[in-house]
Amino acid sequence: MGLSREQIAQRIAKEMRDGYYVNLGIGIPTLVANYIPKGMQVMLQSENGLLGMGEFPTDDKVDPDLINAGKQTVTAVTGAAFFSSAESFAMIRGGHVDLTVLGAFEVDQDGCIASWMIPGKLIKGMGGAMDLVAGAANIVVAMAHSNKGESKILTKCKMPLTGVNCIKKVVTDLAVMEIHDGAFHLIERAPGISVEEIKSLTEGKLIIPANVPEMSF
Amino acid sequence: MAGLDKVVKTYDEAMAGFKDNMTVMVGGFGLCGIPEGLIKKMYDMNVKGLTCISNNAGVDGFGLGILLERNQIKTMIGSYVGENALFEKQFLSGEMKVILTPQGTLAEKIRAGGAGIPGFYTATGYGTPIAEGKEVKVFNGRPYILEEAFYADFALVKAWKADRYGNLVFRKTAMNFNPMMATAGKITVAEVEEIVEPGELDPEHIHTPGIYVQRVIKGKFEKRIEQRTVRK
Repeated sequence: MGLSREQIAQRIAKEMRDGYYVNLGIGIPTLVANYIPKGMQVMLQSENGLLGMGEFPTDDKVDPDLINAGKQTVTAVTGAAFFSSAESFAMIRGGHVDLTVLGAFEVDQDGCIASWMIPGKLIKGMGGAMDLVAGAANIVVAMAHSNKGESKILTKCKMPLTGVNCIKKVVTDLAVMEIHDGAFHLIERAPGISVEEIKSLTEGKLIIPANVPEMSF
Repeated sequence: MAGLDKVVKTYDEAMAGFKDNMTVMVGGFGLCGIPEGLIKKMYDMNVKGLTCISNNAGVDGFGLGILLERNQIKTMIGSYVGENALFEKQFLSGEMKVILTPQGTLAEKIRAGGAGIPGFYTATGYGTPIAEGKEVKVFNGRPYILEEAFYADFALVKAWKADRYGNLVFRKTAMNFNPMMATAGKITVAEVEEIVEPGELDPEHIHTPGIYVQRVIKGKFEKRIEQRTVRK
């Protein structure tokens, strides 16, 4: 069973704080924008040169000069700013973004992440992902815990890496885990999912506390 | 065109001196902020053997994608490419070399090229395939890799407005790679929506000072949208 994509996004939204500047990657991470707690002021940074990304425009407000990192047409909120790609990545690489959310194929117990290339199948490029994981202190990865019965929470990533020793928090369809001291630490489990089920689908070293609460939304 | 006046009337003049095997930087993020007419001119000129530096490679039949139809690109340097079938085909067959570069590193390599910084260190990509063969230096206990600047024979940029001296203003997210590329080309050609007289652009709000720009041409733009996304 486990969480849906929307529910993963909903759980990750709980990592937001009032006044945060946040970068959301393509895929599940973009859904996090729909769950920003009411009353909280958050600015979304888009790597292509926009601070203050808003929702999708209505049909009459579509502007070809205003897109997000996924090349979708968007709007800009009141108080937004536009800047160049060099400026955008200075912001990212310089550690100014408070929270970065991105997807992954694999994460390992040393905090390494593989998210951009499947040898022989998908070699389109890494975009801004390598800069994002290198520059951010607070990264949350949204991903599937397993694929066709094979664990994606690993001892060592098998796929080409996006970054090394940089991931500290992962939210999957089954669990919330933190990574430190060479191991995954089980923090929360998805509603209705047992610790045993999580353990059986985790290849990497998993530290399980006496009590693992269910996620609340 | 004389003195500080950069304006040219024809695409022949805009691209004069552009030859086979040159390195060309092309502005834009996806199809946003691309110099459409200058790309079309490269296609018409049928120059070959190009090393093309651009964040993306266009789509089938539009943007840089059209240069693939005549196998004009020998080496593509970008951060996210392959949104078109022809690109994937030429890449996989070995007809075209592709150097995938992280977007931030790409932006900074171009900025550095225009700014007289031949190399810089970044943590981006350390420990990944792109770090292969690159020098590593440790700063404050953390490893960084040495990346070298990019330069180009021609930089083709798209701006919103230019004055006759080549001062440029960009619009919204169509800015992206254009300002840095403008500084890094030996010859920078700016294709713009509107040309105004010197003094009409507010000096406090110039994005790219005219010193970097050699030629200015007024263009017509389709401004195709890659993913028209709306809410009800």
